[in-house]
Parts: sequence; structure tokens; C-alpha cells
Amino acid sequence: MEKLKKKIGSFSFWNWVIASIIFRLILIYFPKNLNLSSRPEVSTPLTSFRRLAEGYWLKQSSMSPYAGSMYHGSPLLLSLLGPLTVKRIEGQPNHLLYSLVSVIADVVSAMLIRATGRNLQFAYLRTLESLDLVKQIEGSELRSSGDVAALIYLCNPFTIVACVGLSTSPIENMAVILCLYGACSRLIPLAAFGWVIATHMSLYPAILIIPVIFLLGCGPDAPPRKLFLQRHQQKGVLNESKLPHGFSWGPIIHFAFWALVWSVYVLVLCGISLKQFGGLWEMFKSTYGFILTVEDLSPNIGVLWYFFAEVFEFFRNFFLIVFHVNILFMILPLAIRLHHRPCYLAFVYVAICSMLKSYPSVGDSALYLGLLGWFVNELSDMQFSLFLFCGYVGVSLLSPVMHNLWIWRGTGNANFYFATAMVYACLQIVLVVEGVSAMLNHDRKLRRLLTGKLQDVKS
Amino acid sequence: MALLRRPLLVLILIVTYQFLQLWIAVGSVIEEGQKQEEFYEELLLKPLPDRKVLTHFHFQSSAPPTSNGRHHHLFPKAISQLVQKFRVKEMELSFTQGRWNYESWGGFDSIPSSNAKPPGVELWAVFDVPQHLIDALWKNLTHTLSGLFCASINFLESSTAYSAPEWSFPPASGNLRYGTLPREAVCTENLTPWLKLLPCRDKAGISMLLDRPSIYRGFYHSQRLHLISTGSGSEGMDPGIILEQTLTVVLQPNSQRASLDRASEKHIQPSWSLSSIFGKQVSGKCVLAETSNVYLLLDRGLVAELKQLHEENEKSAEKVLTSENFRTNPCFELSAKPDRIFIEESSLLSKNSSVLYKFKVEKYSEFEPFDLGLTWKIPVVWLCRQAPLHASRFLMGSGNERGAIAISLKSTQSSESFMGANSDDERCELRVDVFQVVPWYVKVYFHSLQVFVDQQPKAVSDIIEKIHVSPSKDKVSPGVMELVLKLPCSVSSAALTIEFDKGFLHIDEYPPDANQGFDIPSAIVSFPNFHASMVFLENDSLNKSPLLSKFQEKSHVMSYTEVLLVPLTTPDFSMPYNVITITCTVFALYFGSLLNALRRRVAEEERFLKDKAAKKTGRLPLLLSKLSAKLRGRHSEPPHSPPGPASSSFINSKLVLKVILVAGVAACWQHYFL
Repeated sequence: MEKLKKKIGSFSFWNWVIASIIFRLILIYFPKNLNLSSRPEVSTPLTSFRRLAEGYWLKQSSMSPYAGSMYHGSPLLLSLLGPLTVKRIEGQPNHLLYSLVSVIADVVSAMLIRATGRNLQFAYLRTLESLDLVKQIEGSELRSSGDVAALIYLCNPFTIVACVGLSTSPIENMAVILCLYGACSRLIPLAAFGWVIATHMSLYPAILIIPVIFLLGCGPDAPPRKLFLQRHQQKGVLNESKLPHGFSWGPIIHFAFWALVWSVYVLVLCGISLKQFGGLWEMFKSTYGFILTVEDLSPNIGVLWYFFAEVFEFFRNFFLIVFHVNILFMILPLAIRLHHRPCYLAFVYVAICSMLKSYPSVGDSALYLGLLGWFVNELSDMQFSLFLFCGYVGVSLLSPVMHNLWIWRGTGNANFYFATAMVYACLQIVLVVEGVSAMLNHDRKLRRLLTGKLQDVKS
Repeated sequence: MALLRRPLLVLILIVTYQFLQLWIAVGSVIEEGQKQEEFYEELLLKPLPDRKVLTHFHFQSSAPPTSNGRHHHLFPKAISQLVQKFRVKEMELSFTQGRWNYESWGGFDSIPSSNAKPPGVELWAVFDVPQHLIDALWKNLTHTLSGLFCASINFLESSTAYSAPEWSFPPASGNLRYGTLPREAVCTENLTPWLKLLPCRDKAGISMLLDRPSIYRGFYHSQRLHLISTGSGSEGMDPGIILEQTLTVVLQPNSQRASLDRASEKHIQPSWSLSSIFGKQVSGKCVLAETSNVYLLLDRGLVAELKQLHEENEKSAEKVLTSENFRTNPCFELSAKPDRIFIEESSLLSKNSSVLYKFKVEKYSEFEPFDLGLTWKIPVVWLCRQAPLHASRFLMGSGNERGAIAISLKSTQSSESFMGANSDDERCELRVDVFQVVPWYVKVYFHSLQVFVDQQPKAVSDIIEKIHVSPSKDKVSPGVMELVLKLPCSVSSAALTIEFDKGFLHIDEYPPDANQGFDIPSAIVSFPNFHASMVFLENDSLNKSPLLSKFQEKSHVMSYTEVLLVPLTTPDFSMPYNVITITCTVFALYFGSLLNALRRRVAEEERFLKDKAAKKTGRLPLLLSKLSAKLRGRHSEPPHSPPGPASSSFINSKLVLKVILVAGVAACWQHYFL
């Protein structure tokens, strides 16, 4: 009976996957991709497809792709995806091949998310077992978090829009997920590769090195180590085999080595492809420099564009530092408090980055919403989830309307659109804060259950 | 006494004048070997098909290369200093108001191709220095010119405003800088300093005609200053400079009411005279000028038309037009007798040729002022020669996010004759150069360049023979596009489209009238295969006239397209404080609430609160604990002992004391330190 149920469940999972792929293909066959590729929500200066094509054109006409301020992506992306921007197949939509690459990237990401989710759930169940808490938790139904996360990622309208809108964010997301997958399943070279590529493409995933180190050092998410010690002390017997591993430096050194190898490799490749132009310095200046200095003030779903369009010139540098340091400031407190849950830490970092980054797009939101699916069981008591859901729906409906009013009709003004961006930022803040406190509460709950059980045993 | 003295004064003046003239003549004889500074003034008048008159003033001063310091007799010192200081090899500055109407005023002759300029200010200069010094010199040059001509040419200083075309701009050279200010308003304050460079200013000679109200009433006026420094032969010699100042005005003569009354003569061209269009007459030449001539040009189309009209009556039409007894001309009547008549060397392509009447101003004096008048007797309709393709440019798309620029080239009917001549070749091709500068906030996607020939999309590589692009850098440099198109001769229309995204600027970068939009400077379309030149018979006497020798120079046929007005989205200019405070609030909310969530240790807090409640049972801690418990959404056990009323009043009085203390300190601070 159980098996049958599982089969039905998995069958419907594959159904959903196929449905989402077909839906993407249908959208791709719409004329001009529904103009999604020029939406500000989808294509930021970093992920825009048109800019990629422009960079490729410049490179083909033997100019540096970074001449002018159009292209700000990686030169590797240019060599890999550039040819697809011009290749056309008769009778097919213009950028079919490129769209197919995006679809494949999405599916691969979803599969990796699923595998990682299963891994995490397995680890979760094991820790529950070792704490003898299975029965208490079983009361609330356990969902297969891998499937849920993969389906959230695949069927999220944000992901679909980013995929059909030909932005490069599906590929960036895939690199991030690859890194987490590699770290979870202890494929250290893969994790290092994912981390290096993700950092190379959008800089912000660099801070994922902290969760990756925790993942490699202590294994996937588990309740705090203190709980195990407490439990075993209470029991009187210290069973070493049931304890989670302590922090081990071996895999981390291994990871550092591989990260070094991959980054040298990537830099050499970039150097070769930019040899006749400005070299690596130009690349760093127009990718990382462009990200850090927020030069482009075109509207997006973040808040920084309007801020820097309005702020007085002499305060600009100060605020640039403040906003970027805001990301860095939170790294340490989060790492201290959530070090026993490295995957969750990674999710929080990704969410914070996608909220505070200089050119956010819905592709970034799609990534952290997908990762949120891993923790359906832990976060089942999260507050405001309905409010957040409604907020996301409302903002994603209102934001294009306000953009249209401001840019196309000229009847609204910039403040309308900025207000939706503001609301979106607030929603993300609420999500992160509530998520973090829900996770901490979950740990508390486990402890309470444990102490309650112990007291039961004593009495 | 006064009566007696006056004739004496006049006599003395006359004698002095005679002496002076003699002295000048002697001087010129003495310094025959060494070239003198020279000044020429000329005026060209040309009736235009759409009932307007083109007047083209041409002043040329030249200073030969000298080694004897910086003394100039005629040549403006400001200009020679400028050339020396900035090592300018060639420079052109034009102030223009209105747009040259290529369709009805012609686009092939040398007047439109070298004097039709884009609206506003256009400046280009070629420097005689190594590449890395040019930009600094350009900046200084713009500031100097800005002061010299009372215009905001200094805006061309910033690197976003000028560009360095590689080869599409006619005086092709790597040392060229080119910049335009399409929105610069041109007025008398720019004309007056320009006139100051003339030796006679507007006090004598042809420049007397420059009556400000009538010039600025015109449909088009373009005031141009072009200088070439003829390279100094040896070191230590200052370079010779040729300064050419032209003013091109298109005016509508007030047509006589009497002729308009009659319906049959509605199509007759308006009759005009110098005094009717300028309100002034020429009373003699500028004494300092070598020559002072007025020309009347009847262009090919007009002459052909007149001949045709004539052939119905008489055989030898040409004779009539050129004959000395022009007063008997049945088509029109001139009020003054021309001194010479030139006929253009009829080219191979067409039998018709233009006719040029020359009038010498020196014959006239204050008592007998020169006033050329042209009275039409019969209605004439003709067309001016057009450039092979008529170029126009427009914007496509709507909204403030993106758009496209289209340059459309339409074949002009009159150009078919050139095509016919060229079609002997098997592959007849028409070469068109396009030079386009776009400001950085119009972010052009060069990969989206599309070419349409006769409304059919063509592969870009088939049509575009050569392309040079320098993409725009945000807030650093404008985008430059130089193209060489090879079109088939049979082309009837061609179009180039290129997409762009509109940029978003910082609020300080918007001009005061931000919602008016931003200008994209004119594109330059030139036809290197076609040369605008007019070669007149009897060359010998033409050498003396700079205007006519200018006509004989082979210059590319060139036309400027319209200036485009791109509306850009504006942010709310009144919002900086609001945006800063709101954004910072959101960031503070994020930082504070996340840190709060991380910091909270529920069990310890509860224990702490319990301890506190046990120790001190005030109302405030109770309230606080209740509040915090409520915030956490859970019940807290109330402290066991009920609070006493005395303690609460004690705390209240303490609080009041504190508040008073703080208020007092604040008041003192306010009073003494601020």
C-alpha cells in the first residue's frame, strides 16, 4: 500500500515536470517570446539576453566585448552561449536553441534540487532517529521535501519567466545549485566547480563558501550538536557512533585546493578569450566593478536603482559601502546561529543577496523560493505564510502595471513603480526574518520535545 | 567760422584719403615679393524654387606665413592666436538656426553641401599634434571659442559630447574631433562677435546689408567660420591662415501685393531687391577688401526652364540670357547692369548649365548705392539639383523604454540621369557614407542593425561594405557609428534601422527642462562618388574670387539629417529626501529585525524575566514583560506578588524628573551652542 502510494506520488511528480517543460516550450513558441526578454523584471544589465548578443557581436567584429557599457557578463558565457544568439533555424522561433539551453538548465537544476532535498531529508530522518523523536514528528505528516522543492522551482512563474525571457539567470542558478548539491553529496570537486563558476558569473554567491565549509565540515543539516550531547548525557551512555561528526578539516582543505584549481582554470580561460582585448583587468572592472558601483540606473525590482538615481552625488560612495556592507554584516551572526544547518544558511544567504544585490531579477527570487522547498517540514509552523504568498502574488501583478503606467503610458511616475519594489523588498525581509525565526523555533521545539521526553522517562 | 572751417576739413580729409590710398598702392608695389594679408567680400544671391531667395555672404581673410611676429593688418588677431596656441590645422564652427530644406533648396551644389549645417552649433577641428595631446587641446579650444562667440560651446568639452570619427567625416584624419550642440539657440549675440572678425565689421561694404531683424526673420540662417592653416614651411614661421566666414540666409521676399491680386500671376515668382529683403543697400565696397562682388546665380534647372519657355518664341535662347542687353530679357529684369556673365562649363551629363551674373560693388558709392533687384515677368517653375538620395531619419517605437532609429534614403527623381550615366558598368554601385553619433543615454544595440533595400530586408554584409563602431560608455563617451553602404544604382529606397534602449540618468544629469527630451545629433550622409563643383568658363578671371574658386573645388555631396528628439523617462525630481529616508528605513528594518530574531534566546529570556519579577515587582517591568510576551505571542506567568501603588508613583516621579532633566539639557544646548 505504502509503495503504491509512493509510486503514485512519484508518477505525479514526473507529470508535473513534463507539464512544466511543455508549458515552457509553448511559451517559447509565442512570437517574440511575449517580449519577456526586455522586461525589467527578467533582464537586468547583467542577465539580459540582448546585451549578451551585443557582446557577442562586438567580439565577432574584433572589438572587446566590454567596449561600451553593454555587456557585463562572463567571457566564458559569451563563448558558450554567444553563437546561439545568432544561430537561427528556418521556421522556428529566433532563439530556439538558446531557449532550449535555458529549459535544460532549469530541468537539471530541478533534478539537482530534488537529489539534494532527498539527501537532506534522509539526514533529517536519521537525526530524528538518533534522537528517538521519530514518533513525535511523524504525527505531522512528512512530505518528500526534494520533490516539493524541485516542483516549486520548476513551476514557479518566476523561473518560467526567467527561462522564457532568455535571461542568463537559469545558468547562474544552476551553478549555485550545483555547488550546494556537490557539497551535500560530498562531491568536493563539483562543489568547488559550482562555487567558482557561480562567483565568476555574479559575484554574490562568493559568500556561499561559508555554508559549503559547514556542509563539508559537519555534514548536512541537523539539530544543534548540543542536543545530541544532552541526550546522550541524560541517557548516561555516550554512543560515539550515533553522534554527528565533529568539524573535520580534511574535506575543507580538499575543497580549497579544488576551488583554487578551478579558479585558476576559469581565469586562464577568460584570459585566453580576452587576450587580444583589455585582458582580465578590464573584465573585472566591467563585471565586478559594474556590480559594485551600481552604474546602471535602469529600473528593476530592487530598490538601489532609484536610490542611486536620486541620492546626492557626494553621498554616493558612502551609500554604496553601506549597502554592500549590509550583506556582509549579516554573514557572521547568521553563521553563528545557523551553523548546524548549513543548507538553510545557504538559503538565507541566497535570499539576502537576491534582496540586496544591485541588479536583482525574478530569476534570483526563483532560486531562493526553490531552495525554500527543502525545508517544508521544518518551516511548517512559519508565521505569515499566507500573507507572504498573497504579497508575492500581488507584487508580481502590480509591478508590471506600475511599470507600464510609468514607462509606456506616462500617466504614472517613478514613485509608483518604486513603491512596488519597496513592498517586494519588505516581503523578502519578512520572509527571511520569519524563516530564520521559524527555523530557530523548530530547533527549540525539538529540544522541548527531547527534554519533555526525558522528563517522561525520568518520571 | 564754422562755415568756413567745414570745407577745409573736408578738403583735408580728401587729401588724407588720397594720400593714404597712394601710400597703400606704393606699399603694395614695394612688398610685391612678400605676400600681403588679403580680404575679400562677396555676396551670392540665388532665387529658390519655393519663392524664397538664398543669400550667401562670403568673407575671406588670409594671412600668409610670416616670421615677423604677431602683427596683423587685416587678419583678426584672436583667430591667429587661437591657431597658434592650439595648433589647429583646420577648423569649422557653425551656428545654425532652421533646417536646410534639401528637397526644394537643392542638395547637390556646393552651397548646400558645404554650407547647409545641422541646427545648433557644430564644431570640428583637426589638430597638428600627437594623438594623446588632442583631447586637452580640444577642451581648451572649446572654452576659447565659447568666450569668443558668446555661446555655450564649452559644453562640448566633456567627453560625452564629442567624438573622433575615423574616416566617414570628409576631412578624414585621426586627429579630428567632432562635436555638436543641437539645442544651442543662435542669436545676434553670436553674430556680433563673428562680424567683429571682419576688417570693416558691418560698417562698410557688403556686410552693411546684415540687418539683424531681417536675417533672423529668415527661414534658415547659418553662420560659419572655417579656417585652414597652411602649414608653415620652415620652423620659426607662423603658419599662414585662411579664414573663411560665410553667412547663408534663406529669406522670403515680401511679394508685391499688386501682382498677387491677379489670379493668373499667382505662380509668378516674387520680385525682390536687396533693399526689399534686407532693408538696406550697399554703398560702396569695404576699402580694405581686395574685391567686393555681388553675384546672381541662376541654377541649371532654372536656366533650362527659361530656355524652354524661350524656345517657343525665339531660337537662340542662350543668347538672350547671356546677352548684354538683359533689360530686354522677356523672363525677368535686373535693376543693375551685370559686369560679367559666366556660364558654367556644360558637363558631360547634362547640356544645361547655370548662369552667373557678376556685379562689381566698387563702382557704386554712397550717393549711388548698389541695389540689385530682380523682377520676374513670367511664372517659372523649376527644381533644384538634388543629391542622389534624400536622407531622412526618424524614431520608431513608443514608450520610454526602448526604440529604434531609422535612416531612410529615398532616391530623388532627378538623380536618375546620373545613374543612367553610370550604368555602363556592369555592377553599378552607389556608395553612401553614413556617420552617426548617439549620446550615451541612447544605448544602441549594434547587433540589431538591419538593412532594407526597396522594402526588402537584406543581409547586412551584402550592403554594408565597411563598418566602424565605437560603442558608447556610460557617462564617458558617445557611441559612434560609421558605415559605408554599397547600394545598387537602381535602388529606389533604402533604410537602416537600429534598436536602442533609453538610459536612465541621475537627477542631476537632467537639464532643467527634462521633459522636453534629449536631442540626437544629425547624422551625416555623404556621397563620395559625387562631387559638387561648378566649373565656369573663362577661368582666368575667377582666380581672384575666393567664392567662385570655392565652387570649383571638388567637394563631396553631403547632407545632414534631422535632429531627433528622444523623450527620456524622468524620475520624480522632488523625491531625493523621501527616497533616501524610505530606503534607509527598509534597510534598518531588515537589519534590526533579522538581528533581533537571531539574538533572541527564549528560554533564557523567560528565566531572566522571572528572576527580575521576583526581585523587583514594579508596574513597568510587568508591563514590559507582558508586552514582550505578547510580541512573542505567548502567555507569560504574571509575577506572584501584586505591585504596590507607592512604588509605581515613585517610579513615575523619577521618570518625570529624568524627562525634565533631559529637556533642560536640550534647552541649554540649544541656547548656548546653536
